[in-house]
Amino acid sequence: MWYYEKKLQYPVKVSTCNPMLAKFLIEQYGGADGELAAALRYLNQRYTIPGKVVGLLNDIGTEEFAHLEMIATMVYKLTKDATPEQLKQAGIGEHFVDHDRALFYHNAAGVPFTATYIQAKGDPIADLYEDIAAEEKARATYQWIIDMSDDPDLNDSLKFLREREVVHSQRFREAVEILKEDRDAKKIF
Amino acid sequence: MFTQYKYWEPYISPYDPCKPIKVKSYATPPQLYMGFQPYGLKQFNTPKEALYHGTLWPQLYSPYPNPHKGGDQGE
Repeated sequence: MWYYEKKLQYPVKVSTCNPMLAKFLIEQYGGADGELAAALRYLNQRYTIPGKVVGLLNDIGTEEFAHLEMIATMVYKLTKDATPEQLKQAGIGEHFVDHDRALFYHNAAGVPFTATYIQAKGDPIADLYEDIAAEEKARATYQWIIDMSDDPDLNDSLKFLREREVVHSQRFREAVEILKEDRDAKKIF
Repeated sequence: MFTQYKYWEPYISPYDPCKPIKVKSYATPPQLYMGFQPYGLKQFNTPKEALYHGTLWPQLYSPYPNPHKGGDQGE
């Protein structure tokens, strides 16, 4: 089970009314390398991975939900007071006719989230390598969003999220090292 | 010397429609090199500083955009 702390992991401030950024940010909400995919991937893999790294998947999977919440906050702030005309100009008229200003799990191109974005192969090395790749892809996605955004306050939060991908990748790489070690293996000399 | 960005020069055709970017770069952040994180790694001085950087350890911090991006590289 989880305990919920009613605050964001890192403050989210948006300084300009720019709904187009919401269109880009939604990639990290319901995209293939987004925070939802990450959280579901890691938490699901916990059950069939060696006990030594279950805690890591649990902690990182949980943190991904905290990131999801930050992205949701950004998207909400960027769109909540925008007029239908502004939303249309920002390229999210299609979103508006289906969802009004509600958030939805789809990527920047409007493709809805699908479980095929994530994998659970049951092989610990295969799964951890996928996790490392997922972190690097999410890091790259944050880079391209930062490149597209000229909102300094929003970029500050995005740089925080990008750094977290770096740290998570580091931890998954350490998990692989733990599983590679033969400290507990039966050795016959 | 360790750098967090690497550079390469793509082929430029005389018929490229857009102004060519002569030098391209990509990120090579610290987790690619660290292996197991060593014990007792130096931490940021204050919790606030660590929060702003997104990590407790300066050695794991990866700046973006590239702070050393050259002026005339077209990127």
